[in-house]
Amino acid sequence: MSDDLKIPLLDELEKGPWPSFVKDLKTLAPKKPMVRDLLRQLEKSYQDKRGYWKHGGLVGVLGYGGGVIGRYSALPDEFPGVSHFHTIRVHQPSGWFYTSEALNELMDIWDAHGSGLLNMHGSTGDLVFLGTVTDELEPTFRDLTARDWDLGGSGSDLRTPSCCVGPARCENACYDTLELVDNLAHRFQDELHRPMFNYKFKIKAAGCPNDCVAAIARSDFGIIGIWKDNIQVDQAAVAEYVDSGFNVKEFVVDNCPTGCMSLEGKELKIDDSNCVKCMHCINLMSKALSVGKERGAALVMGAKAPIVEGALLGSVIIPFMEIEEPFEEMHDLLERIFEFWDEYGKARERIGECIERIGLASFLEQIELEPLPQMVTQPRDNPYIFYEEYYEEE
Amino acid sequence: MATQTERRTDIGPPHYSQFLHPIIKENYGKWKYHETLKPGVLMHVGETGTIYSVRAASARLITISFVRFMAGLADKYADGYLRFTSRNNIEFLLANKDNIEPLIKELADNGIPVGGTNNAISNVVHTQGWVHCHSSATDASGLVKVIMDDLFEYFGSMKLPNKLRIAVACCLNMCGAVHCSDIAVLGVHRTLPRIDHSTLGNLCEIPTTVASCPNNAIKPTTIEGKTTVKVDEDKCMYCGNCYTVCPAMPLADPLNDGISIWVGGKISNARTEPMFTKLAIPYIPNNPPRWPEVTSAIRNIVEIYVKNAKPYERVGEWINRIGWAKFFDLTGIEFTKYHIDDFRHAGTTYKRSVQNRY
Repeated sequence: MSDDLKIPLLDELEKGPWPSFVKDLKTLAPKKPMVRDLLRQLEKSYQDKRGYWKHGGLVGVLGYGGGVIGRYSALPDEFPGVSHFHTIRVHQPSGWFYTSEALNELMDIWDAHGSGLLNMHGSTGDLVFLGTVTDELEPTFRDLTARDWDLGGSGSDLRTPSCCVGPARCENACYDTLELVDNLAHRFQDELHRPMFNYKFKIKAAGCPNDCVAAIARSDFGIIGIWKDNIQVDQAAVAEYVDSGFNVKEFVVDNCPTGCMSLEGKELKIDDSNCVKCMHCINLMSKALSVGKERGAALVMGAKAPIVEGALLGSVIIPFMEIEEPFEEMHDLLERIFEFWDEYGKARERIGECIERIGLASFLEQIELEPLPQMVTQPRDNPYIFYEEYYEEE
Repeated sequence: MATQTERRTDIGPPHYSQFLHPIIKENYGKWKYHETLKPGVLMHVGETGTIYSVRAASARLITISFVRFMAGLADKYADGYLRFTSRNNIEFLLANKDNIEPLIKELADNGIPVGGTNNAISNVVHTQGWVHCHSSATDASGLVKVIMDDLFEYFGSMKLPNKLRIAVACCLNMCGAVHCSDIAVLGVHRTLPRIDHSTLGNLCEIPTTVASCPNNAIKPTTIEGKTTVKVDEDKCMYCGNCYTVCPAMPLADPLNDGISIWVGGKISNARTEPMFTKLAIPYIPNNPPRWPEVTSAIRNIVEIYVKNAKPYERVGEWINRIGWAKFFDLTGIEFTKYHIDDFRHAGTTYKRSVQNRY
């Protein structure tokens, strides 16, 4: 029993209205020594204001280089329950959809083989099982694959691709984010399980420029849905918004970043040739406005957090492309990118940093894409040009 | 020996279609519009049906008991169908509108709030912290708990000017990618790596360690006959990149580790382009278990934003309209030398005009 579980600092985190992880973890502590010792070690961290985990460790399942992250307590004698506390990343289904049956099955597997702690989900998208010992890795993997689940990525490999809710439950989806991500995950299984890149490579698919999966900020390769033609307007529904007292002029028209719309009476006029597809008007008037019919995606590359050379947002490499099954154009493009990165990248250099180092123009040339004005905010303002063509005397 | 069965590998994730509610399957790609019926409750109307989503909060660090409980609620009210959002919320997918209120009540009876939609503070995305990470400068789960306890009223209501996204990362690695949030809480180290010269030569590859430093602060050296490295203290910015490749260079320093607060980032393209967060408060000491200085600093920023922003302005849009000088003036946050960038491209952030508000 855990009646000797004394964690007065963590007890303070049971107070307050937000769901308490301490309260939740305490329910498992009596039957899971790992959870009990995790709480005890965390209490010590709260006392001493520092973490007590050792630096990584190479563990995994046979034949895979990714999917498992080794973790060991720095104080195994004091907290034997967490002397091994490895993470298993389980590849989530597209859009994070589950049935209760599937979840219960996953929980049974994790109850049998690990601490019973998890994240739904990790930052990259995986379902993260937190805390098990080396000897349980293979048995967990066996039970997962028997039920059609596989591991996600970790280390210098293709990380588990993830996507927004897409056409499954959103009227703004400009392409099938769920199917694309499922397709890419299956097409690039080798890259996902066997780290052979310079560094991690993340793919995120957002169905529209609202970007609910943060593709522009968190993916080396982001696919962000967009349309080319006109916003679809239901003028009768616009009139209903006006009649309801919703201030279409102040909240919608005046917030348009290009000033491409006006309200004339109860009619909304849009100069679509000047619309940058920002989504603000569509977000506010879902019943009256929808994305156009000529749909596809813009591709952005290079986003990352600060390590090593500073944070980057993704930048456009293809302003518009149609995204249709069987996604062969996307496969070819990714293969060209992986080939480029293999040749030009350096160890521990994300592809965004590599593109900055060699220049976007050279990168485009290497992966066989044409330079377009939509890829820059402005042309260069310095005259240091590497001219490659010149005349020679006849 | 147990009999060997064929070992399955490289099967990839199960196809999502088997987890979709029949109404979602029928209306896949055929949704017409959606409405927010109340905080945390969405109604999506498709060509042949309507689905109701009830969005419930969840800690990110959870247990199998919690998930089984949620699966049970899905069975009871949502035909067994649910999903998770990119911000760790749980969405129950209901065909029957009459199940909404009983579900919300049962969630509330079990201490789980419903909300996080539209102009609300949605769930906080965060990293592992002291719970599970070797390089964290603070805890993440605990910080999120106390921040959301304090801002609880904004989860279950929609009274903010626009959505407000908060993220917590426990060190500069930013597994939580907090660099584009409205308000970001970032754990920071502030002192040099503590080099273990006795083991470094055995544990670490010297060229890789030297190359890991973005500021070229690390040089090979020999101490008492042992190959090791030294760190130029004037160049080290405590990023922890060396520790990632070399376990003999830990940065944890209980006396000096702490929290920095950043504001004004966004992801979406709505109105304005995506933006990075910028530094608001360079350092607040770690004060677990409830970090009162952090929660009051965030509440201050949120309240000033609520009071001053126009409808639908995100934090960064509001600050860009009023100017940073005014932001520091209104919030009472001290502007220091640490706010002025000195890394790559720093010059692009210096004021290169005399257009200022006085």
